[in-house]
Amino acid sequence: MATNAKLINAELIRVTDVRKEYNNGTVKALNGCSFSVGQGEVLSIIGASGSGKSTMLRCLNMLEVPTSGHIIFDGVDLADPKVDLNLHRRKMGMVFQHFNLFPHKTVMQNITLAPVYLKLKTKAQAEAKARELLQRVGLPDKANEYPNMLSGGQKQRIAIARALAMEPEVMLFDEPTSALDPEMVNEVLDLMRDLAKAGMTMVVVTHEMGFAREVANRVMFMDGGQILETGTPSQIFDSPENPRLKDFLSKVL
Amino acid sequence: MWWSNLFKDLSPASFFNFSFLPKYGPYFLKGIAYTLLLAVVSVLLAVIPALVLAIMRLSKKKLVRGISGAYIAIFRSTPLLVQLSIIYFGLFGTITIPRITILGFVDISRFIPGVVALALNSSAYVAEIFRGGILAVDIGQTEASRSLGLSSWATMKLVVLPQAIKNVLPALANEIVTMVKESSICSMLGMVELMFAAKTVASTTYISLGPYVIAALIYFCINYPASKAIEAIERRMRRGDKR
Repeated sequence: MATNAKLINAELIRVTDVRKEYNNGTVKALNGCSFSVGQGEVLSIIGASGSGKSTMLRCLNMLEVPTSGHIIFDGVDLADPKVDLNLHRRKMGMVFQHFNLFPHKTVMQNITLAPVYLKLKTKAQAEAKARELLQRVGLPDKANEYPNMLSGGQKQRIAIARALAMEPEVMLFDEPTSALDPEMVNEVLDLMRDLAKAGMTMVVVTHEMGFAREVANRVMFMDGGQILETGTPSQIFDSPENPRLKDFLSKVL
Repeated sequence: MWWSNLFKDLSPASFFNFSFLPKYGPYFLKGIAYTLLLAVVSVLLAVIPALVLAIMRLSKKKLVRGISGAYIAIFRSTPLLVQLSIIYFGLFGTITIPRITILGFVDISRFIPGVVALALNSSAYVAEIFRGGILAVDIGQTEASRSLGLSSWATMKLVVLPQAIKNVLPALANEIVTMVKESSICSMLGMVELMFAAKTVASTTYISLGPYVIAALIYFCINYPASKAIEAIERRMRRGDKR
């Protein structure tokens, strides 16, 4: 699809042979996954529940520590125990299925907490940036509200603003619309679409096939902890090769 | 007083013989003050060590977890009176605290060992309250905070603890209620709290039952309304969470 064509420059993340085992190897969540994400690329990970796609995403910023393998981000192997993860996580924004806003903080405090605490910005700078981001996510009047006063879609847009406040190099989305009421899905997807257009590198685990087809540069299909097929959206959705991908698509499309 | 006559024909062993009250009432009042002071101060003193114990208990390092676990196990599995005696005669047998009276009725040479013993005991229980409170905070909160690049300590301080503490406040208040009762054991070591007042009055007036009945009534009148109030606050807090 021509609209998705984009010049992918340098490689931002390279994942090599990542495995994740639970219970002393009896449960294999990831079974040797390798792929890379280019600067400015939007990569969508699709697959059934339990296919390992969320685990894979969570390994990218080491919320889930792989049993073996390498995750090279900005030339540093995050899977190396000697690496200061806190430093590198700043550059990877993450958006969760259940938003995970801090309920005891206002929207403004949610957004400014990390940049101010980590001394990346003064309070005034962080608040100015937060106002700009609130404008961008379409919620400029919610700065002083607490999260429990917001709808699901609003919460997720604030969560995206909170991640953007760190000025990350890549945004990781873990099923960002799965916990939303149907009428709120689009407000979040629209925002993600804008981000992609603005050139943000994004890795998106999603059940929204329409979004993957329209916005992603590349789609990756996972099943049983393995990457079974990767390709452009038209390759994946219009001419799938792997039988399990065909089966999956026949169920969800 | 007009009602003194009520008790005239009652035997000293009678349940309802309260004839000592006009004369010894102030004694009980002092006892109440001492008891409340003992309970509140020891729980407040227990908060910080309990927090440290709870965080240690949740540590990834086995040794750190073990130390905290052993402390909690020891204090929860031995009687308070035994702990009190060991701390009073052992620890404070070697340290001499001057006999200074504060607030007009608290002799610190007895009060401090008692408060320390109660606080050490209470910190084991409060640690478990905190541990539960910390674990009750959704793991997603920690993940969100860590994904922003905050360290585990910053996450604990800025994100987890503020939410945990709000959750444990009712349990903490209940611990004070428990301490109001438990501190009666300090009478064994000569601390002039409520139970000690009852004992003294009983032995001076030879009225063997009445003073204890009054003590029981007072304990009840402090603790029952307090625990009801805590329940009400808890209910209201839960309603607030649902919004």
